[in-house]
Amino acid sequence: MLNYWVYIGVFLVVSLVVPLIAVLLPALISPKKPNARKEEVYECGIETKGNVRIQFKSQYYIYALIFLVFDIEIIFLFPWAVSLGKLPLFAVIEGVLFIAILFAGLIYAMKKGVMAWS
Amino acid sequence: MADLINLIETWIKTLLLGWGASEGLTEFTLQALGSVLVIIFCFVIVIALIWVERKLAGRIQDRFGPNRAGPYGIFQSFADIIKIFTKEYVTPTGAEKGLFNIAPVLAMASVLAIWAVFPFAMNVVGADVHVGVLYIVAVGAFGILAILMAGWSSNNRYALLGASRSVAMLISYEIPMVVSLLVPVLLAHSMKLSLIVEAQQPWFIFVAPLAALIFLISSMAEIGKAPFDLLEAESELVAGYHTEYSGMKFGMFYVAEFLHQFTVGALITIFFLGGWSGPFAVQWPILGVVYFYAKSFIVYVVISWIRLSLPRIRIDEMLNLNWRFLIPVSFINLVAVAIADRVMMDFELARWIYVLVMFGTNIIILLAALMLAEKSSKAVEREEFSPRPVAVPPGSESK
Repeated sequence: MLNYWVYIGVFLVVSLVVPLIAVLLPALISPKKPNARKEEVYECGIETKGNVRIQFKSQYYIYALIFLVFDIEIIFLFPWAVSLGKLPLFAVIEGVLFIAILFAGLIYAMKKGVMAWS
Repeated sequence: MADLINLIETWIKTLLLGWGASEGLTEFTLQALGSVLVIIFCFVIVIALIWVERKLAGRIQDRFGPNRAGPYGIFQSFADIIKIFTKEYVTPTGAEKGLFNIAPVLAMASVLAIWAVFPFAMNVVGADVHVGVLYIVAVGAFGILAILMAGWSSNNRYALLGASRSVAMLISYEIPMVVSLLVPVLLAHSMKLSLIVEAQQPWFIFVAPLAALIFLISSMAEIGKAPFDLLEAESELVAGYHTEYSGMKFGMFYVAEFLHQFTVGALITIFFLGGWSGPFAVQWPILGVVYFYAKSFIVYVVISWIRLSLPRIRIDEMLNLNWRFLIPVSFINLVAVAIADRVMMDFELARWIYVLVMFGTNIIILLAALMLAEKSSKAVEREEFSPRPVAVPPGSESK
């Protein structure tokens, strides 16, 4: 069993190293002739003005918050799904209730107009 | 002969042990060899897939596609690779060099790492861990991080907007994707990928067609291809998060996108199309590998077909589709499948009745959801225009 995790470790290292080689290899053979015009930020030929790290819609953060709720819910659902065959029917209903409570949250957020993209 | 892959493994093992290597070193060498083999094969597949995709796009859009380099243009990808290797790297002024350079590598690695747990055939499994499904979900999420890193470090407004847009989309679509992954886990009573494959009697696409459909749609969004390719909407965002990348660094994002599409094909194969199973796959594990890649390739072509046929959708439409349709439907589907599975287990029904009831439940939920969606969506109002005056050449007016 532990062997498998060693394999995953080896695999992760290899899967990082192979793209790294692919990115580093052209650096040896490709030309290097930098100049100021070439290295300008590309904004369709117009010079960039001001701070580039602009503010964007707060809606993105709300989506991230709701995502977090559901992501944690799903983590709890995995063990429930795996052991479903051994659980009594009551425990299955409990799982359904758990989903329903979070579902109510989603409906609340929807009714509140959080999801509306204006 | 039958079990070619395990035969080679045993041969290398005895060879290394014969040379006096220790048990641990032999195991380690085999694992390193196996992972390098899988990853190199991934790259080879992508080279072929890029040609297939371009040729297919050409034929679907009534063009020729690549047809100059070699017969039917099959050497086009190799020419592209040679070209991209000799391209200069341009780093924009003000970019955060560290993050900027790591992002393409991480994007590629996050897709490659998923392949560590795939069961390619009977007894040919990379790492048959008990939490295979969780591993896939966890490692796949690193791609989102790579996109955010690329967008933030580029010092470009378009890249930053493209990245924030894609992150909003990718995390949204991750929910229906993972919830529909719960259905095969629930039916197989295991998160181990090899057990999920073996539990598919018949394939889960017949037991849970709705989950398969939701998984297909939401993973198409995860790939970021049309109709969900808002992250690189050319007319709005130049090229999205990889606007500032050039040469092989851009190539890595490009290759990662293609490999991700093939990986989604492989995931659908494992969870819904029976993985390596097929005629004679148990006696001849090498056939299982062929079946696995063939099925993945078919799903890949289907995804390409869908993406080449549909136009891009707007961001509010895309988020509404997810939050108001896919997530509720996937949760209702999960609950229905769980209760149906548990209740029918108590009655000990024949397998074909079980499959029939499951299939019927799925179809009923899908039809009800579509009907509700049609009712609740506002009818598109089209403005009526009076007919425009048209210039008519003299002498040809209708009398």
